[in-house]
Amino acid sequence: MLDKELRSMIGQVKDGRMDRRAFIKRMAAVGLTAPLANQILALGGVAMAEGASTYKPTKRGGGGALKLLWWQGPTLLNPHFATGTKDQDGSRLFYEPLACWDPDGNMKLVLATEIPSIQNGLLAADGKSVTWKLKPGVKWHDGKPFSADDLVFTWQYAKDPATAAITIGVYRDITVEKIDDLTVKITFPKPTPFWADAFVGAGAGQILPKHLFADYIGSKSREAPTNLSPVGTGPYKFVEFKPGDLIRGVINPDYHMQNRPYFDSVEMKGGGDAVSAARAVIQTGEYDFGWNIQVEDDVLLRLEKGGKGKTVYAVGGDTEFIALNFTDPNVEVDGERSSMKTKHPLFSDPAVRKALSMLVDRDSVKKAIYGRAGRTTANFLNGPEKFVSKNTNWEFNIEKAAKMLDDAGWKPGADGIREKDGKKLKILYQTAINGPRQKTQAIVKQACQKAGIDVELKSVVASVFFSSDVANPDTYPKFYADIEMFQIPLSQPDPSQHMRRYLSTAVATKENKWQGTNFPRWVNKDYDAAINAADTEMDPVKRAALYIKANDLMWEDTVFIPVMHRLKVEAAANNLRPVISGWANETDNLFDWYREE
Amino acid sequence: MSQYVLRRLLIAIPSLLGISAVLFFVLALAPGDPFSELATNPNVPPEVQAALRAKFGLDDPIYLRYVHWLNAMLHGDWGFSFVSRMDVDKLILQRLPTTLYVIGSAQILALLIAIPVGVYAATKPYSLFDQVANTLAFVGFSLPTFFTGILFILIFSVTLDWLPFVYTTDVKATGIHWVFEMIRQAIMPVAVLGLFQAASMTRFVRSAMLDVIRLDYITTARAKGLGQAKVIVKHVMRNAMIPVVTLIALQIPAVFGGAIVTEQIFRIPGIGSLLISSILSNDTPVVMAVTFVFACLVVLFNLIADILYGWLDPRISFR
Repeated sequence: MLDKELRSMIGQVKDGRMDRRAFIKRMAAVGLTAPLANQILALGGVAMAEGASTYKPTKRGGGGALKLLWWQGPTLLNPHFATGTKDQDGSRLFYEPLACWDPDGNMKLVLATEIPSIQNGLLAADGKSVTWKLKPGVKWHDGKPFSADDLVFTWQYAKDPATAAITIGVYRDITVEKIDDLTVKITFPKPTPFWADAFVGAGAGQILPKHLFADYIGSKSREAPTNLSPVGTGPYKFVEFKPGDLIRGVINPDYHMQNRPYFDSVEMKGGGDAVSAARAVIQTGEYDFGWNIQVEDDVLLRLEKGGKGKTVYAVGGDTEFIALNFTDPNVEVDGERSSMKTKHPLFSDPAVRKALSMLVDRDSVKKAIYGRAGRTTANFLNGPEKFVSKNTNWEFNIEKAAKMLDDAGWKPGADGIREKDGKKLKILYQTAINGPRQKTQAIVKQACQKAGIDVELKSVVASVFFSSDVANPDTYPKFYADIEMFQIPLSQPDPSQHMRRYLSTAVATKENKWQGTNFPRWVNKDYDAAINAADTEMDPVKRAALYIKANDLMWEDTVFIPVMHRLKVEAAANNLRPVISGWANETDNLFDWYREE
Repeated sequence: MSQYVLRRLLIAIPSLLGISAVLFFVLALAPGDPFSELATNPNVPPEVQAALRAKFGLDDPIYLRYVHWLNAMLHGDWGFSFVSRMDVDKLILQRLPTTLYVIGSAQILALLIAIPVGVYAATKPYSLFDQVANTLAFVGFSLPTFFTGILFILIFSVTLDWLPFVYTTDVKATGIHWVFEMIRQAIMPVAVLGLFQAASMTRFVRSAMLDVIRLDYITTARAKGLGQAKVIVKHVMRNAMIPVVTLIALQIPAVFGGAIVTEQIFRIPGIGSLLISSILSNDTPVVMAVTFVFACLVVLFNLIADILYGWLDPRISFR
């Protein structure tokens, strides 16, 4: 889309000559829509739309008990210590951020009164600061008033390395200052196009009460009694917590949102496995809602027949991909395999990478495994939609792949396996142990065999594969295999953090104890330039174009073979109206949940 | 007697030390990382992971970590869970009542089935009743609990819709309803565990009874003109129970082990499911503590069995 055209459209919206919906529709038509479309408007000087609410109940309470089933139960209730999304989900019942994300990726206000925009003066035009106005009259569950001091404190708490908060990355480089009791100003060290990270969403945004945590900042953080008995501002008050098993809460009669919440109490039960959780919600109706139902679609369809519940899907940006190793995993240099000093013997030929991409039958994977919970894609970056490239394509074609290999000089040997210059096309394909992943491996292996590529499959226990254990050779950052498959969740409606992982400065090596995030060890100057420019680019259109370019560079070089754009799958009782966003934790919009009578 | 107990307790110390060392080193050498989920979270910089590892001492040499652990244990500090960031002993104590309730009920159920069936089968060996009881016992201990558990769920929860299959510690009722609910939700797990135990125990009771029933003093008792009931209960059973009691005592730690699977299936928040989830999330302090508790139970119940043995059969002396 032309920069100028967009600018004039933003102008029209600003003057009221074009309505917001029409603008978003136009954006959609050219592939530039959804979650951040509103942020485009915000940065263009039009206030960000607040997510529309579908909440119907006209009075607070009266909805009975809400029974949630998290098959991995939360194990702690301090969101800044969360070791997984499950802990953020549990904490979010009680704690709140300033704003959260609705299913379309729009911002929804929680503890703030206004969405910052350049127009209302709360967002600096240079993107270096943002000001938030807090809702007046909000009280913590213990009756103490909520104020700007709590935000400043949360920032100090999270950024202190001794606290060992996992949200340190969000708060480390920013400055939070109190303007008055109900106003805070966040200052960024450089122009920050995505300013809605600190204090927004369940991942890093949950605000802690200063009066209860003040004595437990830094190295004393683990002794805080409030770590296990949260006192928040949320729709439910804390009653009981048994790690890994149960969280209970009751309605907060003083909740700051009108007519909310609907349910009189909430219970979050943990333990078990995804299949039996699906059964308890969909088939027997013992629970109202089941989290993260990663179960084969066949099973879900069977359970849904005449059941008491159904599956619910939310679109986000999670992509299951196969990453290609650009270094040689079989040669050891200075005590390190997959060293940057080597080149992959097979993948250094682009034809091999392209052929491999053509051998991944995404349609079959969708049909046989992911079903309704997946979408086929050619892109590594699949959301928000504004950042999704329309320039790419994919196909599954064994003959074409074979021909491509033939042309590149990879001829079948006596055993049917292709070879060139004495190098055989034999690859090791690793992934974490997980039913759908092993099935995908089998589908890919079969196609590869037909094309004369020998694939050896390897499955690693998830707790090892995703570990940062320096001593273990089977972790994904070490990448001691030719290709590996998994997904990295896109935890916010912005691709910046996600795409920064593959900068050439972030290569995982022995030197940085494999903490580098660029595990394919792909190095591309154009990519680096695009990402670095996008990081400070305040023009939303140029910024989107940069990320699209970065994605296309990855596609051209076949760094990743995207297998499936995965949707969130949840199970809900037929009469429950949950609000689930692909851009946020499941409980982020819990205040809007209700039951249809 | 007290000297014997004291000596046995002293012997238990080095064996527990040995067990703890083996457990600790095996766990430390096992792969995995409690902070693995953070690794794919783009919000968490790698330095934070490194800092967390350092904070929880995961980067220290293994022997040093063992010495730290042992020292803390001697001071009554069971360790600190990486994943829950709370004291391990609290975590375990929180889950103990549920485990005791389920395992205790299962053990009682097993006894209530095994003793009458075993005794009756032994009085009429190779009768129809004996054959049926034997067959069922074989079936019972051949079927693993994870299989019978799922079978029960399919029959009683999904098809018949009689019983809930998610166990909850927080039953919303009071008085008699609370008791009723607690019993209702425990029926399936207790039945699964209890029947499995009962199967092997029945076989054991039967053979112990048969051993005794052939002895001369039983013939004497019968010759005296005592009734069948009196002979069986007072003369045969009392002596046959000696090995049975030992067996039960020795089996209790094994029941805790068997309960792990059952707890997972029915989502019972007991020690077993704590162990499983801790293993899956590599929460080594919790795994260490729970396995160590199991080890202590084995040693303790061995001791109890030995003492009971002597008490039941005075011919065995303590030396």
